[in-house]
Amino acid sequence: MTPKIQLIGVKKRFGSKQVLDGVDLTIEPGSSLVIIGGSGTAKSVTIKSILGIIRPDEGTILVDGEDITRVNGAGRDRVMRKFGMLFQGAALFDSLPVWENVAFGLIQGRGMARKAARDVAIQKLAKVGLTADVGELYPAELSGGMQKRVALARAIAADPEIIFFDEPTTGLDPIMADVINDLIVATVKDMGATTMSITHDMASARKISHRIAMLHGGRIIWQGPTAEIDNSGNPYVDQFIHGKAEGPIKMAVKA
Amino acid sequence: MNFLATIGRAVMTVLAHIGRLSSFTAQALAAIVAPPIYWRLIGQQIMRIGYYSLPVVGLTAFFTGGALALQIYLGGNRYGAEAIVPQIVVLGITRELGPVIAGLMVAGRVAAAIAAEIGTMKVTEQIDALTTLATNPIKYLVVPRLVAAVICMPVLVGIADSIGVFGGYVVATQSLDFTGSIYLKNTVDFATSQDILSGLYKAAAFGFIIALMGCYNGFNSRGGAQGVGNATTAAVVSSSILILAANYLLTSLLFSK
Repeated sequence: MTPKIQLIGVKKRFGSKQVLDGVDLTIEPGSSLVIIGGSGTAKSVTIKSILGIIRPDEGTILVDGEDITRVNGAGRDRVMRKFGMLFQGAALFDSLPVWENVAFGLIQGRGMARKAARDVAIQKLAKVGLTADVGELYPAELSGGMQKRVALARAIAADPEIIFFDEPTTGLDPIMADVINDLIVATVKDMGATTMSITHDMASARKISHRIAMLHGGRIIWQGPTAEIDNSGNPYVDQFIHGKAEGPIKMAVKA
Repeated sequence: MNFLATIGRAVMTVLAHIGRLSSFTAQALAAIVAPPIYWRLIGQQIMRIGYYSLPVVGLTAFFTGGALALQIYLGGNRYGAEAIVPQIVVLGITRELGPVIAGLMVAGRVAAAIAAEIGTMKVTEQIDALTTLATNPIKYLVVPRLVAAVICMPVLVGIADSIGVFGGYVVATQSLDFTGSIYLKNTVDFATSQDILSGLYKAAAFGFIIALMGCYNGFNSRGGAQGVGNATTAAVVSSSILILAANYLLTSLLFSK
């Protein structure tokens, strides 16, 4: 079976800093991978490289077997329609009401009529537990948890095959974080989508993933099924999942 | 040798800026002609860039016309040529002051607003979000602003010309003892369509500069609130300087002997 997403030797350098130093990753269709790793380990760069927002210096990124680092124009649009993304800060368009945020990809990306797109948006809002009247509000009028839900509704609005979650639970209280985790698990199961997430919230990682990969020093230093994370035998992974200051990972305290 | 390195770095920075701006402009121009065209967004931007700039542009044009009339009267008086006021006012306003004053006011109002809005969208990942929703950010954000500014500026300057001439008329008739009907007759007889059109061409170019510098600086802002602040400042400063430079260039082209 062709993997849904495959990264082969992906490298990226910003100035003198080699942030990705040969990342290899494979995600099977319908599975959920979570990338863990400390702050500043280029987890977001990995996702943005797949999305084409950042162009890697070297390496190949295959989506359904197609090398997407070399597609442009119309080909790029076609590949982008496979993707949905939940941004860390929700990244809702603050000039548009909630329903139009959710319907945005349908109206602008796919040319759906506004009225039909609005009905779909209200349906998707219901999926994340929000009523139709929330659709009339503006993003600034919502709490952080509600913004995340709207962002989730927007990410799934066009029924993407692949969904990326960038720190889905950051900045939420533990209960709301768990609500979002449940929503992610339920919607992904519903849609049969493939997902790739980044987080440093281990409770969330355990709940939403089938497999976990750890990014450190620009490489994947461990990956395996979620159930085996506690018996990885990798001192870096152990230090990270137990949140210890002591261990092989040295945090740069001074900037 | 160290100071050579400093000069070299500065030159490299300037060249990098010119390169980025050129590639940004090329992308924007290519996006204007490629479908789809977002009519709705162009309409919204015409309201924001054009309609809401009317009070500012009108007021500044009025006072500029008034001051111009006073100065020409006082200057002309030294040679006994004070009757020349209506002719010089209409020439100065339509050819130079109308487009330049309107351009600078709109640069302050609109370039700043565009840079702040797009810059905030950039730092809060809203521009990345556009990409993930299969929407080209250049097409969605830059093109409507460019098109609206190029359409609105000539209209604004046309209105500024009328109000500027009216400002001169008010001062001339109220405090300089000109007769209204003769003042108007002299204005209309003297002004040619070339005078007015040259100002409108300039206005379209200034509109392009304003929207382009607002968008470019917004797209290239980084960091947080401070980055957006810097982008806003850079948008106003660079568009003002470019307007004055382009004005000189266009004047020398349009009125070359």
